[in-house]
Amino acid sequence: MRAFTRGLIGIAGFLALWELLGRSPLLPADSLPPPSVVFGELVRQLISPDFISHVVATVLAVLIAIGIAIAIAVPSGLVLGSVPAVRHATRAVIEFLRPIPSVALIPLALVMLGFGPETKITLAVYAALWPILFNTIYALDELDPLLVETSRVFGTGRVGVLFRVALPSALPFVLTGIRLAATTALIVLVSVELMAGADIGLGYFIMEARSGPGRMDQVLVGTVVAGVIGVLLNNGLERVRRRWVAW
Amino acid sequence: MSNMLEVADLGHTYGDYEAIGGLTFTVRAGELVCVVGPSGCGKSTLLRTISGLIAPSRGDVSLKGSHLAVVFQDYQRSLFPWLTVQGNVEFPLRSLPRAERRARAAEALEWVGLSAAAKKRPWQLSGGMQQRVAIARALAFRPALLLMDEPFASVDAQTRFELEDLLLRVRREHDTTVLVVTHDIDESVYLGDRILVLSKSPAKLVADLEVPLPAERDQVTTRTDEAFVALRSRVARLLNVGGKPAVDVEKWAAAERESLSETVSS
Ligand SMILES: Nc1ncnc2c1ncn2[C@@H]1O[C@H](COP(=O)(O)OP(=O)(O)OP(=O)(O)O)[C@@H](O)[C@H]1O
Ligand SMILES: [Mg+2]
Repeated sequence: MRAFTRGLIGIAGFLALWELLGRSPLLPADSLPPPSVVFGELVRQLISPDFISHVVATVLAVLIAIGIAIAIAVPSGLVLGSVPAVRHATRAVIEFLRPIPSVALIPLALVMLGFGPETKITLAVYAALWPILFNTIYALDELDPLLVETSRVFGTGRVGVLFRVALPSALPFVLTGIRLAATTALIVLVSVELMAGADIGLGYFIMEARSGPGRMDQVLVGTVVAGVIGVLLNNGLERVRRRWVAW
Repeated sequence: MSNMLEVADLGHTYGDYEAIGGLTFTVRAGELVCVVGPSGCGKSTLLRTISGLIAPSRGDVSLKGSHLAVVFQDYQRSLFPWLTVQGNVEFPLRSLPRAERRARAAEALEWVGLSAAAKKRPWQLSGGMQQRVAIARALAFRPALLLMDEPFASVDAQTRFELEDLLLRVRREHDTTVLVVTHDIDESVYLGDRILVLSKSPAKLVADLEVPLPAERDQVTTRTDEAFVALRSRVARLLNVGGKPAVDVEKWAAAERESLSETVSS
C-alpha cells in the first residue's frame, strides 16, 4: 500500500512538472499541451469509435504477434536447449540476427510483404522472438539434472521428460520472456505504424494527428494510451506468472 | 531364492578419481540389504550405477526386471516444485487409471503421515516432510527393487523409528527387495537382513554380514537384543578400526577374520 501511495505521489509530481513545462514560455506555443488539455482530449477520444478502432487494431496486432512468437520460439528454444548439436550449428546465425533492430528491417519487410498488417506483425514477431527463445534455452540450462534422473528412474522416456519435466520447469522463465516480448512487440508495432504508412493503429493515429491538423494534444493522447497498454500488458503477464507459477 | 541384483567387479572412476574400486555382491529377491561406509566412499555412486543413471567404468550390474524406484540422498532436489505433494507421489503412476493413482498416492501419504499436506507444494514443507514425500513416492510405485540413499537422514528420531518400521512392513507386504544406504550403524542392523560394509574410497567390500535377528523387529526389544548389540559393535569396529578410519582393506579383512574366530571360539 505504501508503495502504491509513493507511486501516486510520483505520478502527481510528473504531471505537475508536465503542466508547468507545457504552460511555460520556454517552449513554442502548443508544442507540448499540458496534461489538463491532453486528458480532456483523451476523454473525448475514448468515446470516439474511430479512436477505439485504432487502439483495438494495435492491441490485436500485439496479441497476434506474441502468439506467433510463442509458437515459434518455445519449440525452437526446447530444441536448441536440449540438442547441443543444433545449438552449436545455429549459434553464428542467431548471434548475427539478434542484434538487428526490427525497425531497420522495415524497408525489406515492406518490399517483401507490402503495406498490410502482416508487415507490422511480422516485424513485431521478429522482435518478440528473441526474449522468449533465449529465456527458454536458458531455462533448459537451469533444469536440475536430478529432476530428469528422477523421472528417468521411474521409467519416463525422452519425450515424457521433455513434456513432463523440462517444459514445466522452464515455464517461469518462458513467461518472463513472454512479458519482455510483449513490451518489445508493442514498441515495434507502434513504430512501424508511425513510419510505414499503415492505415490503422495507434501509431497511425499519432502520425495523422501530427502531420494533418498538427494536433499535439491528440498526439499525446496516442502516446499516453500506448504507454497504458504497455503497462497493462506487463502487469497482466506478471500477474499470470505469479498466479500460475508460484515456485 | 533367485537373485534380484548381481553386481560383479563393479568399478567407477570420475575423471581420474577412482570412486569405486571393484565391488562384487548379490541381493536375493525379497531381501533387505543395508550398505554402510565412510562418507564419500562411493555409496551414492553405487546406487546410481545400479539404477542405470551412470554407466560404470568397469564391471557389470544385472537386475531382474526394471521396476525400480530410487529415493535420492538429495531428496529436496528430486521433488517437482510445480506439482503438489500428491502430484509428486502420483508422478510415477501415470500408466494407472486416475482413480487408482489417487488411491495409491493417498495410501502412501497416509503411511508417511502426510495426508494433510497432499495439496501443498513441496517447497512449503520442512526438510523432513519433503524427505517423507520422496519416500511416499517410491513406496506408492511398488517397485520390485527399491534403492534408498540415506532416506531417513533428516527426520527426527521418533519419525525415523516409525519410517523404519513402515519400510519393514511395506517391503514384507509387497515382497520388495530393498537396498538402503545409511550412515547410521544401528539403523543398518535394525533394518537389514544383511549388511555390506564398504571401505574408504575407492570403495571395496570389507564385509558382507548376515544379520542374525528374527524377521520381526521391534524398536525396543530388537535394539537391546544381544545379537543386535554384538553386530552393531562389529560393524562399528569394521568401519573404524582402533578409533581412526581404516584405509587398509587387507587389515580390515584381517580384523574381520579375527572377530569371526572370536565368535566361533567363545
Ligand atoms: N559427478 C562427479 N564427478 C566427480 N567426482 C564425483 C562425482 N560424484 C561423486 N564424486 C566423487 O566420488 C566420491 C564418491 O561420491 P559418492 O557421492 O558416491 O559418495 P557417498 O559414499 O555417497 O558419500 P556420502 O556418504 O557423503 O553421501 C566422492 O569423493 C565424490 O567427490
Ligand atoms: Mg551419498
